[in-house]
Amino acid sequence: MAAMFSQNPLMNGPNYSFNDSPRTSAPEGAREHRFDPYTDNGGSTLAIAGADFTIMAGDTRLTSGYSINSRHHPKLFKIGGTTADQKDATIVLSVVGFAADGEALKERLDAICKMYRYRHGKPMSVKACAQRLSTILYQKRFFPYYAYAILGGLDEEGKGAVYSYDPVGSYEREQCRAGGAAASLIMPFLDNQVNFKNQYIPNSGEGHALQERERRPLSRNEVEVLVKDAFDGAVERHIEVGDGLQMMVITKDGIEEILMPLKRD
Amino acid sequence: MDHRPQAWGRPRDDIYGAYDASYLQTSGPKTATQSPVVTGTSVIAIKFKDGIVMAADNLASYGSLARFTDVKRLRTFLDTSVVGFGGDVSDMQFLDRHLKELAIDEAYEHNDDQQQQDDDDSHHKSTPGTALNAANLHKYLQKLMYRRRNDFDPLWNQILVGGLDAARKPFLASVDLRGTAFTSPSLATGFGAALAQPIMRRYAATDEDAARLTREQAVDVVKECMKVLFYRDARSLDRYSIAVVTKDGVELSEDEQLERQSWAFAERIRGYGTQTV
Repeated sequence: MAAMFSQNPLMNGPNYSFNDSPRTSAPEGAREHRFDPYTDNGGSTLAIAGADFTIMAGDTRLTSGYSINSRHHPKLFKIGGTTADQKDATIVLSVVGFAADGEALKERLDAICKMYRYRHGKPMSVKACAQRLSTILYQKRFFPYYAYAILGGLDEEGKGAVYSYDPVGSYEREQCRAGGAAASLIMPFLDNQVNFKNQYIPNSGEGHALQERERRPLSRNEVEVLVKDAFDGAVERHIEVGDGLQMMVITKDGIEEILMPLKRD
Repeated sequence: MDHRPQAWGRPRDDIYGAYDASYLQTSGPKTATQSPVVTGTSVIAIKFKDGIVMAADNLASYGSLARFTDVKRLRTFLDTSVVGFGGDVSDMQFLDRHLKELAIDEAYEHNDDQQQQDDDDSHHKSTPGTALNAANLHKYLQKLMYRRRNDFDPLWNQILVGGLDAARKPFLASVDLRGTAFTSPSLATGFGAALAQPIMRRYAATDEDAARLTREQAVDVVKECMKVLFYRDARSLDRYSIAVVTKDGVELSEDEQLERQSWAFAERIRGYGTQTV
């Protein structure tokens, strides 16, 4: 009752208007149901740079929770060709994470690369494209594209180039990188098999002071076998990986696409 | 008693307590649909040799209440594609109005094209149609849904789009409230993803399998799936719509009744209800 005569009508007495009344704290037991704009659609990607080629790979499964949405949903995209069929493209982008963001990111980068080609009369270099991709990702720093991107191509000297990204645009050029659901399974395998980590020459020193095995560039055939082995392993141990393996081999002669079956369980 | 005009027509605070004005707030942050209200359950669809079959029941639920029992959730587009909606019904109706407008614009712009289809079936094979096909429509809806999720104002639906693509091959794809889009030889939303999809995949695991299915086989599979869904999905109905899309257009039947039901299996269910095992 006393509230009626309070000198602070905004808080207690009959309110002057609904617009003016300050928000009081939420009523007891109120729950806020907020829309979550992100999901994880699973899957895994992989890229390895060779001396004069780059191999990109990804599985083709699309999941949501325990369900398989699609058994054929590619994660690898040719970028920056003259036409929609990307026949003369020289760069490949792989995206994994939230599929809708991944597709939006791919279409942004492709449109930018096409504009570059139109304006300058030459295709974008991987180095320039890599920097631009970082900028695109960072532009959405506070509502990020939830996608782990890897960009592959050949650099100015014709050597294989792989650039890997986090969702907000940090990037570096690497020899190899695995991304997505099974990245933690594949990456250590790659460290050992591509960069020869933890491989020592027997009897080359006292105790643990052994000489490291010398690194050498892998041949295309060796890399293809590595990719297949990496994915066969990931399929066994990760439920979000499987169905199909999509591989793209980038050489000076163009991009070759290979599709292979994986376990569909 | 407070006689100031600001208090007119309001419940008296001294009797009813202070009115919770937060419900009528017009200032503060903008709020959008944060959860669906009246909802439709599964939509299922499968590809076959020369088209697709899609089905959805005619129920719109309000929570667990079977609120509206004659709601058509399959819509045709330009007589070339069919769109099936799961999720919020009001958002479906919004999209339906939007697509109708789009279809009218399209029909005006591509008048000759439509004429050709009416005149002679063999015509549009030699001159590829420029009007929106199912693949175009799906892309359009994906962009629309993704835009709305970016604005934090999602349309709370999962949508299936079926028809023929630019190469006049069977086309079937899905898009959800976050703009995630994908295609598959068979698709199902909601409960259907768990109950109907395994059955449909037995018949059309790959596009090659689907290309061997006849229209009759595909319709039978879909009807069987609708029956399974009615058995186990508590928010479903035995009246449903079914659509078949081929190059000859869309055949939509909106008042089908589930046939040859058998509830004999219910006898064997133990662990619920009053029976002592």
